[in-house]
Amino acid sequence: MNIVVCVKQVPDTWAERTLSASDKTLDRASVDVVMNEIDEYAVEEALRIKEAHGGEVTVVTMGPTRATETIRKALSMGADKAVHLTDEALHGSCVVQTSDALAKVIGTLEYDLIILGSESTDARLSVMAALLAERLGLPQLSLARKVTVEPGTKVSIERQTEHGYDLVESALPAVVSVVEKINEPRYPSFKGIMAAKSKPLTTLSLADAGIDAGSAGLAHATSQVEDFAARPPRSGGEIVKNEGDGGVKVAEFLAGSKLI
Amino acid sequence: MAEVFVLVEHADGDIKKVTYELLTRARALGEPSAVLLGGPGTAALADKLGEYGAQRIYLAEDAAFDEFLVAPKAEALAQLVSEKSPAAVLVASSPEGKEIAARAAVRTGSGIVTDAVDITPELVATQNIFGGATVVQAKVVTGTPFITIRPNSTAPEAAPATPEVEQVSVNVSDAAKGARVVDRVVEAKGGRPDLAEASVVVSGGRGLGGAEHFALIEQLADTLGAAVGASRAATDAGWYPHQNQVGQTGKTVSPQLYIAVGISGAIQHRAGMQTSKTIVAINKDPEAPIFELADFGLVGDLFDVVPQLIEAIEKRKA
Ligand SMILES: Cc1cc2nc3c(=O)[nH]c(=O)nc-3n(C[C@H](O)[C@H](O)[C@H](O)COP(=O)(O)OP(=O)(O)OC[C@H]3O[C@@H](n4cnc5c(N)ncnc54)[C@H](O)[C@@H]3O)c2cc1C
Ligand SMILES: Nc1ncnc2c1ncn2[C@@H]1O[C@H](COP(=O)(O)O)[C@@H](O)[C@H]1O
Repeated sequence: MNIVVCVKQVPDTWAERTLSASDKTLDRASVDVVMNEIDEYAVEEALRIKEAHGGEVTVVTMGPTRATETIRKALSMGADKAVHLTDEALHGSCVVQTSDALAKVIGTLEYDLIILGSESTDARLSVMAALLAERLGLPQLSLARKVTVEPGTKVSIERQTEHGYDLVESALPAVVSVVEKINEPRYPSFKGIMAAKSKPLTTLSLADAGIDAGSAGLAHATSQVEDFAARPPRSGGEIVKNEGDGGVKVAEFLAGSKLI
Repeated sequence: MAEVFVLVEHADGDIKKVTYELLTRARALGEPSAVLLGGPGTAALADKLGEYGAQRIYLAEDAAFDEFLVAPKAEALAQLVSEKSPAAVLVASSPEGKEIAARAAVRTGSGIVTDAVDITPELVATQNIFGGATVVQAKVVTGTPFITIRPNSTAPEAAPATPEVEQVSVNVSDAAKGARVVDRVVEAKGGRPDLAEASVVVSGGRGLGGAEHFALIEQLADTLGAAVGASRAATDAGWYPHQNQVGQTGKTVSPQLYIAVGISGAIQHRAGMQTSKTIVAINKDPEAPIFELADFGLVGDLFDVVPQLIEAIEKRKA
């Protein structure tokens, strides 16, 4: 079972996140960055499948130079090698372009399974697994809270739904995305961190990946941000201490606001 | 007027409320055409779509829409978009809706904007990003604009019309029949509204201290006809299902009323609820950050306050 895991570097959610004033794209330079949290679960799931069935885990990321930190983390968790697509010309890519770029990179690799996080904390689109499945012509098994693999034959997942789950299965290869309740990601061990330093990391430019410069980046994005503003802080709330009639006070507020 | 597509979201033989919201939106942008895709028997849903102003209904029935995940619907929607060239395609911002829209957008060489809460006649969408901290205006500039719209961001208004129903023949390709839905398992339903669509949400956090105390949250929710949410601390502890988690890695909700009980209001929780119309917080720590958001905050022990609140609401109802 060779597995590709897509991981993304995102601004830390504890940090103040903004768009850049000059080109209205996500400001990735001036914030602390981390591996998109759910992607740790994707890496963990890939490692568990590898441990059960053998094979190799390859990490794929598209992002600026410093995204190598995120790649290192995945490698120190236990992934075997990595491909980093990085090029100034990719700056400001929309999700449609990013899916094209990732599909082109993945197309050069050998895999039985592609695993993603269900969504990134910066974009929150939650559509990358669907798009990669579309572009690669593979079955889409998204929003998995459980993955079961029968090497060489099939993969089945529990797809989380509003009131339970759908049991969905397909032949291999397939694209899977996972939600955070699927497992408990491991921490990189000291040994893992040391080993990561010598694991193969391939860096690809736009041209290396066979992406047409005339379709890449902000100038050719399929959607554009026209304007943005910080949401004004909420204010004017009334805070009341419970004096034994707290519940009644809340009910009075709700009634006064015509909410009951 | 230009045709605007609305992809009908339905489940268990019922049209989802969000579809009426989309039709209401579409009327402000052009002439709404409903795209109704489903297994055999789906035609029965057509009547209701006229009530909210659908001028035309494109109907395709095929067992593959139910039997396989997402891809068959995306294929059919893309086919229709190519044939009819609508001015825009509106889809619900549900997990499935977003996936269908994204795949259909790629198939038709289009762009997509997700999670819109407003759209101008020029098709500029308003989105809340970074957990609602930033408000963005964005526009699709390539192909047919695919816009997914958050449930609960539009008040559905009826506008009776008599739609023409056009049967569409679709040929679901083998490639789209990759991911087979073998079973649909309902674990907990309990008759409460869906979180994303609910106009009132009551959420519980670590302050509840145990799974058994979520009964109190459910009781309060039921007196208000509300959906139940939970913080990640509560779902991580296994006190409530992950499906109900509100926040950055859970659901984003924007109800008329959000009541946070025993929740501190960490930034990742706020990310899922801070665009709610009215926020009420009950927490025993006066320093809890949730109070910064609250329109009404009650500093006190939830085990005293909530039972009294339920009683007070029941009394007013009587
Ligand atoms: C990448 C990432 C993603 C995350 N995603 C999410 C997410 O989607 N959703 C989410 O919720 N969190 C998320 N978190 C976690 C978040 O940071 C907080 O840890 C979590 O929201 C805390 O939950 P809580 O408020 O229930 O618990 P706590 O922070 O422990 O707060 C419990 C509160 O209950 C109060 N309390 C205790 N007892 C009582 C009582 N008897 N009566 C009244 N009040 C009482 C306390 O004063 C306290 O304020 C995420 C974190 C990270 C790093
Ligand atoms: N630039 C990227 N590089 C690698 N993987 C990505 C990238 N963007 C998104 N992904 C993957 O797609 C998932 C969903 O992201 P999104 O659709 O942006 O919410 C993430 O959890 C990643 O696994």
